[in-house]
Amino acid sequence: MSFFEQFPIVISALNVGFLQTLKLFIVTLAGALPLGLLISFGSMSRFKPLSALTRTVVWVFRGSPLMLQLLIIYFFPGLVLGNQIWGTGEEGRFLASAVAFILNYACYFSEIYRGGIQGVPHGQQEAGQVLGLSRSQIFFKVTLLQMIKRIVPPMSNEIITLVKDTSLARIISMQEVIWAGYAFMKGSHGISGQIWPLFFTGIYYLVFSGVLTLLFNRVEKKLGYFKV
Amino acid sequence: MALLEVRGLKKSFGKTEVLKSIDFSLEQGQVLAIIGSSGGGKTTLLRCLNFLEFADAGTISVGGKVIYDGKAAKKMSEAEMRACRLHFGLVFQSFNLFPQYSVLKNVTLAPTLLKLDTPQNIDANARSLIERVGLSDKLDFYPCQLSGGQQQRVAIARALAMRPEILCFDEPTSALDPELTGEVLRVIKGLKGEDRTMIVVTHEMEFAKNVADVVMFMADGKIVEMDTPTEVFENPKNEKTRAFLQHSLERLGDA
Repeated sequence: MSFFEQFPIVISALNVGFLQTLKLFIVTLAGALPLGLLISFGSMSRFKPLSALTRTVVWVFRGSPLMLQLLIIYFFPGLVLGNQIWGTGEEGRFLASAVAFILNYACYFSEIYRGGIQGVPHGQQEAGQVLGLSRSQIFFKVTLLQMIKRIVPPMSNEIITLVKDTSLARIISMQEVIWAGYAFMKGSHGISGQIWPLFFTGIYYLVFSGVLTLLFNRVEKKLGYFKV
Repeated sequence: MALLEVRGLKKSFGKTEVLKSIDFSLEQGQVLAIIGSSGGGKTTLLRCLNFLEFADAGTISVGGKVIYDGKAAKKMSEAEMRACRLHFGLVFQSFNLFPQYSVLKNVTLAPTLLKLDTPQNIDANARSLIERVGLSDKLDFYPCQLSGGQQQRVAIARALAMRPEILCFDEPTSALDPELTGEVLRVIKGLKGEDRTMIVVTHEMEFAKNVADVVMFMADGKIVEMDTPTEVFENPKNEKTRAFLQHSLERLGDA
């Protein structure tokens, strides 16, 4: 089969893989962005046991490899507890991956939120207080936007890292784009011994992270009219 | 009857007693300047009056009505506290304007959220206050586009928009370059002509001398001396006051 005959077959297989990558990316963000905020509140809590517990959880998830977390979350229930809650299909592998990614990324996000919240000068809250505003008015009308402005640069960094980290899900054979590219080495869709599809997956990541970079630049520009 | 009456106000941070039973009163339209070296309790007193700190004991009365009692403070709800705050306005040393809002929006935000008036009236009032502090040409500017002196004048307009009975200033010119202090002090002086009751914590001795009706000298959490500017500056009765004034004069000589 010539390269030109292989090309459309490879692309359509990579597209299927990339769709799975994209799905994991979106589900992770949808879960980790709100969960991270919750964890950040926990780690800032004045109730010591709660803040100690959340900070320990954050340490565990940030301090160990995501790849290891994926393996443990996927295999632990089946191999150790004797109950493979994830099932055996692709759907189960995706679910286990999503859980691992959401937990891991929520911990990273929580630290970014914490920095953003604590970075807003205390004087802003006091200014709101002496003007007679309530706590929620101060949060939503005064500090929130300043916090968002502060977290956009570190958040965009982390989100672009997430784009590439999704490839780690391959360790439990989730069929994302690198898995799809690698398959053409072993043999897939009647093509085998080809390494270029694997290399070609890089284009997908570059385009995707490029689009995100442009998007974040726009957000930063939009918030650039004021200084914090 | 005095507009503001403070009786037996005490405040400690841990074991440090910052305010040791403060008593004073202030008449409608009077300007009180509080002077004294750092750590004397001036700022803490102002923060207690604005309920950014809560005095451990003592009372604060406005217009003959006790609005705060150290004994009952713990029982006050968040909403009651907010209502108390509205008797006072506070202009901070570091301005604390809201950076994401324009000059006009900084002034209208709180009155709008608290529905103090109709939107049209709030807007008109804000514009006239901004005009009074001389910044009509900066309505749509953001704080980062203004000088420190201009930011502080916006902060004064923002505080006035809440129509406080007593307006407090916490070292309003201390964060400013010397050439910018004049414009802020002129605005504060201008407010005096409008029968406004004000309390100004300041290191500007000339300002205290020329603008205040009453000068309070604080040291070690106590009022050492409180009298007319002439008495305090020309004829200080207490040794500590004399030493402090002597010292600030020397500093002025050095400069």
